[in-house]
Amino acid sequence: MTTVTATPDTALPADWRDLLALTKPRVMSLVVFTALCGMLAAPAAVHPVLGFTAILCIALGAGAAAALNMWYEADLDALMKRTAGRPLPAGRLDRQTALHFGVGLAFFSVLLMGLAANWLAAAILAVSILFYVLVYTIWLKRRTPQNIVIGGAAGAFPPVIGWAAATGDVTLLPVLLFTLIFLWTPPHFWALSLFVRSDYAAAGVPMLPVVSGAKATRQQIALYTLPMAAAAVAPWPLGLAGAFYGVAAAALSLFFLALALRVLANRAAEPAGMKPEKQLFAYSIFYLFAVFGALVVDPWIAA
Amino acid sequence: MTDPREEEIRRRQKARAIIMALLLGAFAILVYAITIAKMGMLQ
Repeated sequence: MTTVTATPDTALPADWRDLLALTKPRVMSLVVFTALCGMLAAPAAVHPVLGFTAILCIALGAGAAAALNMWYEADLDALMKRTAGRPLPAGRLDRQTALHFGVGLAFFSVLLMGLAANWLAAAILAVSILFYVLVYTIWLKRRTPQNIVIGGAAGAFPPVIGWAAATGDVTLLPVLLFTLIFLWTPPHFWALSLFVRSDYAAAGVPMLPVVSGAKATRQQIALYTLPMAAAAVAPWPLGLAGAFYGVAAAALSLFFLALALRVLANRAAEPAGMKPEKQLFAYSIFYLFAVFGALVVDPWIAA
Repeated sequence: MTDPREEEIRRRQKARAIIMALLLGAFAILVYAITIAKMGMLQ
């Protein structure tokens, strides 16, 4: 880790908006949604107050992990156009405040989860925060192009935590939901990293397009889409979800695969010619929302 | 005439104090609601 280029005006107290920005609120929406779906798909009725608190804890835990990620990566963020405007590289916040905020938020979210829901959910939440910060951010990201493959596990925990908060245990369905997000993460991030490749290259982050080139990345996107689709549809043949979910997951996955094949066929080297990659990135976000939404709606339709 | 920098510090301190007060109030309400919910589940 090197010194942050921008010198923050530490005499000024941090603006609350900058502290909020540290939590990456837009990323949090997907985390909250998948956690909520994991909770709603669980075969247990949750008291609304406790359910709300569990989701709040997951959101706060995700915010804490994001803040600690920004604390550690401030030097990298300063080198990339996409992230240079964040509070730390822009010099609007000092690093110590970000560290204290992230650690405090992490402890608070885990303790509240343990007290309001159960300690299994709290333990998984703690593991997910530690995994994101220690394994992905500190260990893998700057060392290997497999960073987001393994690091993707951190983002796959929310539905498992939601399920555990509702039931107190973890069964096959939440494990499949974990697997789905785990396999979804590489195509999602590699599509993005293809059209922001120069940013990652400038910052020296060994993302797959930087290390192995666009062609290999496009092949990997297509390859990962196949097991991802299998994980998405699996709850149906295994009897864990109904036909509505199965058909919806299959249709959504087929469209994902079609977009991945368009990416595979694309030969563009510059971001201007990477419309298929941009489409796949945008669709991948919709895909996850839609698949998880279908899982929740499925029992209501069957009833 | 007040220093604009001093004004900015006061403005930020005030905004953070208001946010902190609101968050603490919300937390107190949440803890109360959790307690009631847990008591209801025990019964």
